[in-house]
Amino acid sequence: MIIRRGGEIPSSEITPYQHYLDRRAFMLAAGAAALGAVLPPRLGAWPRRSDDKLTPYKDVIGYNNYYEFGTDKASPAKLAGGLKTDPWTIEVAGAVKRPGTYSYDDLVRPHPAEERVYRHRCVEGWSMVVPWMGFPLGDLIRRLEPSSQAKYVEFTTLNDPAQMPGQRSNVLPWPYVEGLRMDEALHPLTLMVMGVYGKPLPNQNGAPLRLIVPWKYGFKGGKAIVRIRFTDTQPRTTWNIAIPREYGFYANVNPQVAHPRWSQARERRIGEFFKQDTLMFNGYADQVASLYAGMNLRINY
Amino acid sequence: MLSRGQIIRWVVKPVIWMVGLGIPAWLTWGAFHDGLGSDPVETIQRWTGKGALIGLLLTLSITPLRRRTGWNDLIRLRRLLGLFAFFLATLHLLSYVVFDQSLSLVEIQKDVLEHPWVFAGLSTWLLLLPLALTSTKGSIRRLGGGRWQRLHRLIYLAAAGGVLHFLWLVKKDTGTPALFGAALVLLLVARLPRWKAARAPRSPDPLDSTRAPH
Repeated sequence: MIIRRGGEIPSSEITPYQHYLDRRAFMLAAGAAALGAVLPPRLGAWPRRSDDKLTPYKDVIGYNNYYEFGTDKASPAKLAGGLKTDPWTIEVAGAVKRPGTYSYDDLVRPHPAEERVYRHRCVEGWSMVVPWMGFPLGDLIRRLEPSSQAKYVEFTTLNDPAQMPGQRSNVLPWPYVEGLRMDEALHPLTLMVMGVYGKPLPNQNGAPLRLIVPWKYGFKGGKAIVRIRFTDTQPRTTWNIAIPREYGFYANVNPQVAHPRWSQARERRIGEFFKQDTLMFNGYADQVASLYAGMNLRINY
Repeated sequence: MLSRGQIIRWVVKPVIWMVGLGIPAWLTWGAFHDGLGSDPVETIQRWTGKGALIGLLLTLSITPLRRRTGWNDLIRLRRLLGLFAFFLATLHLLSYVVFDQSLSLVEIQKDVLEHPWVFAGLSTWLLLLPLALTSTKGSIRRLGGGRWQRLHRLIYLAAAGGVLHFLWLVKKDTGTPALFGAALVLLLVARLPRWKAARAPRSPDPLDSTRAPH
């Protein structure tokens, strides 16, 4: 597993930069630089196949499913540029001891950025390998101190048709809502993401803050998050509301459970011509299969 | 001044050839030069699929257009358009067989039987196949005009199959397939008066039970 800790950055080092550097860019740059210095080679423990080459940056930022900016994969890169991500606030609500509206910096800053290379599998049958920059969602959740009623976490994406032209069409019910069971949210693989390829997250990839759950289909990863709500009932998630028969709450990558209209047994790596086998839980079964012990994954798709 | 026949021969036909061959030529070039975007196979399938469907709709537009404009030479475009539609549909099918299924007949059979949109797509191609094979003047002669025409009415079914194939494959963005569907409906509606006229008996037939008073 590639978890490269950026480490603590003494505040004395940060302060002078704040005046002339964008803080986010700085944090990411610092994280990336620190990583570069310490690191074990990428080989080894990570359950990747030999062909898990990084998907080129241009494809990661140019081929996006982000219906807030249109249903075409190229349109987010064209239309998301104007989205204002600074200032940005995130509302923390529900069954939690520290609710309130947090500025992006207040919410994100205490968490050092790490780089994680994850496979990213879309429900449509394509996949990428992406070096995300972020921190475990669990660290944030523990800081916010959910109460004992909190059994699920819900993530809401910005709803602003003026900035997000795709929201002027009713192709999906807006705002986009996603959710996780608490144990899934606390799992060390679940990542709050602020960057990719060592740079701040481009708008089309979900800036300034998005979720990545590498063993689930990509649509579980809400983008441009403005609200995190802790709840005791399973959140009603957007694709599940739109087409319940095709998109479930769990949406775990599972080659044995077909989407009603297409097989999920294989996938095409972006840029390649032929398909390869899809792995159970997207190849993260060793880490996450125990979360679903005893569950019928055909029913809980 | 070019005559209508010359416009068709020297302008319209060359344009159809250029587009019909240009699409696969560009896709082939792009495939070897990283020119088809992040998901080249998807690009290939989208262009050959939409191209085939547009070709079918254009083929179906010739007759109503000819009747409305009285420009009878248009009929000389119909076969060419139909054959290019079939050509692009064939490339579309081949890209599925090769890239999506790696030539596995077992996988293809499963996919066709399990998924209505794949079934619709393959059916469309199978419906077009006999039309393409009997597109020559010799075939018309051998089959006889009436039988040839009845056989070639399969194009209506094929066009409907193509639109359904497109409609059933999209996730939620049904706009474009609906547009193709609307165009097809429009082309069928344009034929309605003529079909009605053809069905109406020239003189009342007392033996025709379907027309007996209820």
